[in-house]
Order: sequence, then structure tokens, then C-alpha cells
Amino acid sequence: MDFLVQNFAVLLFSLLAVLTVAGAIGVVTLKNPVHSAISLLGTFVMVAALFVLKHAEFLGAVQLLVYAGGILVLFLFVIMLVNVRKLRPESAFLSNLAPAAVAVGTLFGVMVALVMVLSRLAGPGADPTALRTVEGQVLGNTEAVGWVLYRTYLVPFEVVSVILLVAMIGAIVFGRRQASLEREEEGGQG
Amino acid sequence: MISTTSYLVLSAVLFTIGLIGVMVRRNFITVLMSLELLFNAVNLNLIAFSDRLGDLGGQVFAVFVITIAAAEAAIGLGLIIALVRLKQTVSLDQANEMRS
Repeated sequence: MDFLVQNFAVLLFSLLAVLTVAGAIGVVTLKNPVHSAISLLGTFVMVAALFVLKHAEFLGAVQLLVYAGGILVLFLFVIMLVNVRKLRPESAFLSNLAPAAVAVGTLFGVMVALVMVLSRLAGPGADPTALRTVEGQVLGNTEAVGWVLYRTYLVPFEVVSVILLVAMIGAIVFGRRQASLEREEEGGQG
Repeated sequence: MISTTSYLVLSAVLFTIGLIGVMVRRNFITVLMSLELLFNAVNLNLIAFSDRLGDLGGQVFAVFVITIAAAEAAIGLGLIIALVRLKQTVSLDQANEMRS
């Protein structure tokens, strides 16, 4: 029991990490897109918990609201709209296996090696209350993130809002039926 | 506390799995979901470093990454709808021309 109490954070992290990786493997390996989407939901929730574990409470909530509540529902909506069963079957389930294995293996090796080297060089971590502090006052993580977002990073914030607008217009244009096709249909009827 | 190193290794594993999905799968919908895995791996890195350095910039940039991911998902799913209208398929191998 003492072991459990003392190592609670590490055990929690291990559990969350294993579930995250399991969900990710499910996304990539499952054949049915609906099953992949549900597996992705599990990964999103676990990553949100990992955010909270690193003192990013606001980001955890945003992850749940935007990813699990928004993007994933959009995915499921499109999967059901497209009606995968009526489509032509995939010509091949997998492709590019050999080049993918080489590229991904090399990248993973380089990443882990870098992390190991850098972690030896790094000093001690910072005080986590810095992530909740606004002008010397200890408030909450949400207040602190808002303070930095709307002051230091105001210009990037505006740029991102323009990108969102462009993406919205783009999605509407892509989703629309093509005007030339409609004219042909009307011409055929008339 | 949990070390930054373990977060970075987990992020590397997540990124690798997502990259495998993007490179190997041919189903457009699954490729987009694997892209979301890549975004999540990047966000884990940003959060881990934000905690390590005591700097909120990492969390703010994670907010930006989530926004861009939402934009990317909207565009990608619009493309899927357009591809299905045009070719009746979600396979990337069939999406080989700009117009039919």
C-alpha cells in the first residue's frame, strides 16, 4: 500500500501512457473507420489526462471539448454520411510498407537518442506554480493562459482566427456540389 | 513527479505510430485520424516543455496547434466528401487526378 501511495503519479502516468499507445495502435490497425474513430476517442481522453498531470488544466479541458467533442464528432458524421459499405472496396489495405518502416524507424531512433542526450544535459525543472501565476498573484491556470494569450501572443491569435475563417470558407467550397456539374444536369433536363 | 523525459519518449512513440498510419494506410479517413495523432504528439511535447521551463508559451502554442488541427479536419473532411462525390471511393490510390 505504501508503494502505491508513494508511486501514485508514476503508476498513473504508466497506465495513461499504455492506454494512449494502445488507442493509437488501434487507430492505425483497425479496418473499420468507426472502430478507428472510437479508438481515437480513447487516445484523446488519455492525452487530456496527461495534460492535467503536467499542470495544464485548461489545455486538458480544451482537448476534451475541441477534440473529443468537436473533431471526433465531425469524423463520425462524415463516416456515416459517406456510407463506407456502398463504396468501391479499397484496392489495397496497406502500401509503402518497406519505405515507411525505414523512414519511421530512423526517425524514432533519432528522436529517442536526442531525448536521452538532452535529458542528461538538462538542469532541474521549474516551479509548477509559475503556470498559475498572473503578475505575481497565484490564480488559476486558465487565467494565466488567457493573460499570456491575449497580451504576449495577441498577433498570432488574430492570425489563427483568420486561418480558421479561410478553412471554413474552404470547407464550404469543397463540400458544395460543383457548379459545372449542376449546369450539365440542368441542361440535360431542359 | 513524472520526468519530462518520459513525456518526450511517449510523444515520440505516439508520433511514430501516427506517421506509420499516414504513410501506410490508404483509407483517407484513417489517414486524417493518424494526422490527429501527430498533432497530439506535438501537443504533449509542448506541454511537457512548458511544465519543465515554467513558461506558459508552450500551453498557448498548444492552443494554436489545436485550432489548426480543427481547421485541418474541416478541410480534410470536405475533401473526403468531394472525393466520394467524384469517384465513389475513400481510397487515396484512386485520388490521382484533379478533375474527372
